[in-house]
Amino acid sequence: MPATEQRVLTGNQFMNGDTACAEGALAAGCLYFGGYPITPSTEVAERLARRLPAVGGAYVQMEDELGSITSVIGAAWGGVRSMTATSGPGFSLMMEAIGLAAMTETPCVIVNVMRGGPSTGLPTLVAQADVMQARWGSHGDIQAIALAPSSCQEMFDLTVRAFNLADRFRHPVIILADEAIGHLTERVVIPAAKDIVRTPRRMQPIPIPVAYEPFRAPDSTLVPLMPAPGKGIGAHVTSLTHDERGYPATDAPAHDRLVRRLYDKIALHTDEIIDVEEVGLEDAEIAVVTFGSTSRTAKRAVSMAREAGIRAGILRLITLWPFPEEQVRAVSQRVNAIVVAELNLGQVRREVERVSAAPVLGAHHAGGALMPPEIIFQSIKEAARHGQGNGRRSASDRPLTAV
Amino acid sequence: MAREMVADRHPTDLLLRSDRLPHIWCPGCGLGSVMSCYTDAVQASGIPVPLHVAVSGIGCTGRVAGYLSLDSFHTTHGRAIPYALGLKVANPELQVTVISGDGDLSAIGGNHLIHAARRNIDLTVICVNNFNYGMTGGQAGPTTPRGATTSTTPNGNYEEPFNLPHLLATAGAVYISRWTSLHVRQLRESMRVAIKKPGFSFVEVLSPCPVGFGKANDLGEGRDEMWFYRRRSIVDDNANLADVGLSMSEDEPIVLGNFVNRDRAPFRPAVEKWAIEEVLHGEA
Repeated sequence: MPATEQRVLTGNQFMNGDTACAEGALAAGCLYFGGYPITPSTEVAERLARRLPAVGGAYVQMEDELGSITSVIGAAWGGVRSMTATSGPGFSLMMEAIGLAAMTETPCVIVNVMRGGPSTGLPTLVAQADVMQARWGSHGDIQAIALAPSSCQEMFDLTVRAFNLADRFRHPVIILADEAIGHLTERVVIPAAKDIVRTPRRMQPIPIPVAYEPFRAPDSTLVPLMPAPGKGIGAHVTSLTHDERGYPATDAPAHDRLVRRLYDKIALHTDEIIDVEEVGLEDAEIAVVTFGSTSRTAKRAVSMAREAGIRAGILRLITLWPFPEEQVRAVSQRVNAIVVAELNLGQVRREVERVSAAPVLGAHHAGGALMPPEIIFQSIKEAARHGQGNGRRSASDRPLTAV
Repeated sequence: MAREMVADRHPTDLLLRSDRLPHIWCPGCGLGSVMSCYTDAVQASGIPVPLHVAVSGIGCTGRVAGYLSLDSFHTTHGRAIPYALGLKVANPELQVTVISGDGDLSAIGGNHLIHAARRNIDLTVICVNNFNYGMTGGQAGPTTPRGATTSTTPNGNYEEPFNLPHLLATAGAVYISRWTSLHVRQLRESMRVAIKKPGFSFVEVLSPCPVGFGKANDLGEGRDEMWFYRRRSIVDDNANLADVGLSMSEDEPIVLGNFVNRDRAPFRPAVEKWAIEEVLHGEA
């Protein structure tokens, strides 16, 4: 092996979130990045353009995001861990191919460092308004796995985790970061290479059995073993509805069987994916449900509330999709009211309302700056008034919008 | 009356998913011949068959990958080339061939086509040009000749079509040829050369589409459409590529040949084998 840069930068680092994401990818063993520059994710590409060739990987700057994501899917089938990074407009262009990755059960990672939208919106400023796009952006019944980092450390850790989930489920995994975290610089502790957990991609052993069917799942994971190209297997991989042989099928039972399996392989194993963090909820009457950069200003809002005599705490969603329904429901049964704080006009609030036993209020802002703690504090105060006495009457249908 | 079987198998049977045949293509379509030329070229290439990988986009030609008993990928509309790029960069041992239609490659996938040629990535692209969108029932596309009638150009196509060899030569392809699906010997040999050629090679195949294109333009049955192309064909390897655009006129030739065969530094990035080993087995 030629002398190279160290693949895993073990030790205490001081780096921005995008860079930490790139380092997480390298530590996870990513060897292919196909990308297209877009603010505020460009630093991910820049870091990997320098680092990947030095560790034997490849960086390819594609002609657009359609090419980026599709080359990432091709590279995954070529046998390596692969990733792309983008922001809103590029994420929109990638939607069809995310469906291709889901349909062909291709493990890959897509980083979306969210900025203000719709359209070109606010290229350099934060928002968190792509939550529903990550879930429902590609056509058809599709599952989504999306993680929301709220620190540079998590940009590293969750990128590693995203690759593991991608290989565990053979599914595209989305990192829904936001501009504030991508461009934040803080300490990142990178473990030793041997301490980085790596879920292996389950490959089809060779020689293949006589009646080999590449898209039949061998066990209750519902995930088929992945056939490697170039070994004489001769697997056909198609974006069309296909049967267990991988052959195109146009009958309703085959379609229902395939789409249900793709759906269930995730729906039946959400416990392996969902992760949340509870902060100060032990005695809380108000829970603030939040994620990403907003969870940081929510801490200030909770302090303000406690100073004002309102016992508030935080339920931070580290996994956004599949939605942590059980965790939110359990918290809602312990508090008088829930405040959902997010830099959009109510995307996660809608999900929380769907499962909450307590009234739900929003603390929303369309983005362009970090969520001001005062907006969340105002909502906490209103929620406390709602929640007094018989607090669990009904969910608020009047979102608090501010600024 | 029973006929004597002269052979119970075809020499390229092993390269086809015989359990998927017959194919979906219409009588008179040129795609069967193109597929057969490709399987012959794979065998003649001298490169071990398991290393050959076929990638297709969407459309009639997009279905070729699914009939080949190779590792084969049927992707989304227009994206066969970036998919193939990812495969090739991640796994440079693979011999990756893109087989797709004119609409898939030069309309919705046009950006990828010119950029792949510019990069000179080591791919072979076989573009089957039937002058229309056949799968959707015969609409005009960027290769439809001026004046041709289709379901979306009922008064005749008023747009100038792409001259694909000229476009690809300008973009930087190192090997470019054009044949009709009737020129099977030349086409086979062209595909073999293209597969062996390092860098980006492009083979355009003019193929009859009697149902989608021929009928609307009074070209008759598949065989008549083939003869319409055949009798106008001239072979000129040294043609000025600016002059090889295609028209519907009986008086204008269809220029075929092996137009370009040159050398240029190929696309470099590739995942190293040792890097994959290092990731799998820890720090070396």
